[in-house]
Amino acid sequence: MDEEIELAFTLNGKAVRRRVPVRLHAVDLLREVFGLSGPRVACEHGICGACTLRVDGQLARGCLLLAPQLEGTDVWTIEGLTATGEIADLQNEFHARNAMQCGWCTAGMLITAAEILDAPAPMDRQAIREHLSGNYCRCTGYQAIVDAVEATRQARAAGRSAA
Amino acid sequence: MNRILREAADTPAIGAAVPRPNGRRLLEGRGRYVDDIALPRMAHVAFLRSPHAHARILAIRAETARGMPGVLDVVTGQDLAETVQPFAGLLVHFKGMKSAQQRCIAVDRAAWQGEPVAAVVAETRRQAEDAAARIEVEYEPLPAVGSLAAAAEPGGMIAQPELGDNVCFTREVEGGDWDRAMAQADLVVERSFRFPRHTGVCPEGRSVIGDWNPADRRLTVHISHQAPHMIQDCYARLLGLSESDVRVVCPDVGGSYGIKTHVYGDELATCALSMRIGRPVKFVADRLESFLSDIHNRDHAVTAKLAVKRDGTILALGYEGTQAIGPYSVYPRTSVVEGNQIANICGQWYRLQGYRAKVRALFTNLAPYSNYRAVGHPVAVGVTEGLVDAAARQIGMDPAEIRRRNLLRDEDFPLQTPSGMKFEGMSHHRCLDTVLRMMDYDSLRADQAEARRRGVYRGIGLASMIEITNPSAMFYGVGGARISAQDGCTVRLEPQGGIMVLHGCGEQGQGTETIFAQVVADAVGVPMGRVRLVTGDTDATPYGGGTWASRGAGVGGEAAWQAGRALRKSILDLAATIHQRDAAQLDIRGGIVVDAATGEQVTDLAEVGRVAYFRPDTLGGVRPELSVTRHYLPTQYAFAFTNGILACHLEVDPDTGFMKLLKFWAVEDCGKVLNPLLVEEQMRGAIVQGIGPTLLEECLYDERGQMLNGSMVDYLVPMAAEMPDMEVAHIETPTRESAIGAKGAGEAGTAGAPAAIMNALNDALSPFGAELTEMPFTPERILRALGKS
Repeated sequence: MDEEIELAFTLNGKAVRRRVPVRLHAVDLLREVFGLSGPRVACEHGICGACTLRVDGQLARGCLLLAPQLEGTDVWTIEGLTATGEIADLQNEFHARNAMQCGWCTAGMLITAAEILDAPAPMDRQAIREHLSGNYCRCTGYQAIVDAVEATRQARAAGRSAA
Repeated sequence: MNRILREAADTPAIGAAVPRPNGRRLLEGRGRYVDDIALPRMAHVAFLRSPHAHARILAIRAETARGMPGVLDVVTGQDLAETVQPFAGLLVHFKGMKSAQQRCIAVDRAAWQGEPVAAVVAETRRQAEDAAARIEVEYEPLPAVGSLAAAAEPGGMIAQPELGDNVCFTREVEGGDWDRAMAQADLVVERSFRFPRHTGVCPEGRSVIGDWNPADRRLTVHISHQAPHMIQDCYARLLGLSESDVRVVCPDVGGSYGIKTHVYGDELATCALSMRIGRPVKFVADRLESFLSDIHNRDHAVTAKLAVKRDGTILALGYEGTQAIGPYSVYPRTSVVEGNQIANICGQWYRLQGYRAKVRALFTNLAPYSNYRAVGHPVAVGVTEGLVDAAARQIGMDPAEIRRRNLLRDEDFPLQTPSGMKFEGMSHHRCLDTVLRMMDYDSLRADQAEARRRGVYRGIGLASMIEITNPSAMFYGVGGARISAQDGCTVRLEPQGGIMVLHGCGEQGQGTETIFAQVVADAVGVPMGRVRLVTGDTDATPYGGGTWASRGAGVGGEAAWQAGRALRKSILDLAATIHQRDAAQLDIRGGIVVDAATGEQVTDLAEVGRVAYFRPDTLGGVRPELSVTRHYLPTQYAFAFTNGILACHLEVDPDTGFMKLLKFWAVEDCGKVLNPLLVEEQMRGAIVQGIGPTLLEECLYDERGQMLNGSMVDYLVPMAAEMPDMEVAHIETPTRESAIGAKGAGEAGTAGAPAAIMNALNDALSPFGAELTEMPFTPERILRALGKS
């Protein structure tokens, strides 16, 4: 039960290496070993999306991955995405609309939303809603979140066509 | 060069749609919740919980657990029985109510599935859980009351045998002239309603760190909670400490909605365990623990009737409802406020001539039950509005028209309702007119008729409502509960000209701190960016009730206003002394002290601060008070009632029973709107929280009291894809009791959404003669109502 493994991966752009218990969940690894507070736990069943990470460019659930599964991967959390400025526009749109109330779901919601910001095909509100439907928010009723994602997508598309 | 400032403030903050300054950190993963706090030498507790809804505990064998790696302590209820007092929520103004006493960990008998029976403290949570799994408990299962129906069965099983029966509380209310009203009736519509048992599903599970420092003889409690001073008082008394021995700190809170206004045995035990081992102990409820031990709510069975004349005049409303609570009345707010509020408000927004209500709360062996967002309102509004639409259908009147004929009119206020509630002022007809205009009601009706010809079934549902906000001491204090109805705010001028606000009401994401910053900014006359907030720390803030019952903006905001105005006066007096001017001719605009007549700068707040703090010797004996505290309590009205209306547009597929919510509209009158952005987001979030139990959410139990859906895989909550867009508008009828005029806005959406959906669904199904009044409205229930299942 307490067997450990040597683990090496890239976290928010930096190579990291730790010896960790094999049974540790990825989200607990990031929170307890690396001291990150962006990834959060709410359902522990892969339903709510509060622990959403970007792993090798794909959305992943930190509560459904074991730490050893991160071996050799490229992991991004909200801390890293904030530092690079990649989603600063999306964060601003969230802020302007109060699309975060208690904030528990917010990091996961932003990482999920970031995936579709540059999708070139038109997406209507329902398509945005469906893309976000793996992320549970109890406070906002989702509309402000959908508005923020839609506005960011439109602004980025306008920026691309102007360029 | 001196600036010239002509306006009272460059831009008034009150009434502006200001985004929350404290929202930024949440967007960057910098929120600090209880689980983010790691204290030196912190240990972790895991609870072993009863797998039975009702069982005698014959023996607990913990030797193996004690020897497991990392284990520091293993306790049973008996081990804490002498150091932790038992508790039960009993209020003396709820006459005749009763409850057994609850223990923080069960002693001898467990009364619900999920009640803690033992606790393990270890170096890590994993070690604590591993050891808890090795504790052997010998149970003798007892008959359990597993449903409302079982609780109500005459001669049936009893949830708490020592009490003799399952009745916790009953109340009857009668007002107006029932017999006279009924005698005029052309018809009486009668319906039965069922509101499901459901729970809050806070994204952040309940979380606490008890940190007993034996050297200081002080307990610091970091807790995810809405009422820090209440916790300080309760924990001090239950743990045998004095109030000043306990400090409660509430950091960021990941959702609360009323779930986190109560005393929970496991959280209290966590603090007792810290006192046993002399180290900090953390408890974070996992999702299964949350489903089994967070308070549940609603679970009402209702029969009600509405007497009307054929011309649509509503005469009388009669309500009879039973709610299934848990095995104990939850401490300290009780488990019966829900039913009591229904008796107070059901139907009271119509011009009733007669009213009768009978409410009853019955004990069960299900999870504990108490207040959750919109306490009682979804039932009261659901029943009233469901009956009004049923009556309209029966007499062939449009639902908008029957409301127009019967809703309280502006000229009716102030008034006392048949249930005894005092209403100061409302705007039902303006709300109705506004919502009909927003939704283009006539076009929707035309679309509905056209769609029906194509075999598409759309429905339109209206729900008028009221909401109890800004509660006075008549809510809890009068019943003996030490739950503050007043709130205090300290505002102080800092030496460099900044304004620090310390407030007894905290933030769980509603925007409370932003509201206080706006109010204080305008009260003093400074830009909002100059104002900093401290909330959620009993060591720092004035005494207050906290954030619940939609009281933060209306009660807390007024305390902030009064304190801000007092500080402004102090600053002006001081500036007048320094500059040999008449204070009455000075003003503070944009953080600058100016000549009120000319707008010419006299001084600024940093200069006032410099003189006040570093050169008070130059003031010739004047000693200005630059740190002022004001407290506020509503006294003229027991509650500041708000009003509003919701409208729902939906489509039902009669072949599958699936329903699509197309759109929601809401018009809300919460008095003065301090921040429209925040009010609208409260409204939208609350509507979706009302949609949940109307369509999806239900705590399912078998007859033995075993919960069947204790995970988010099985307990469905609203997700983005199924939720509608919601358009919100405001009417403002400020309360004259306070200077800022704000009432609460946190719960109206949850109050009205179930009724609006029910009325829209039944409107859509009216061509089939089908009607549903049992929630949640699942596809299966819809098909059954259509005779297809």
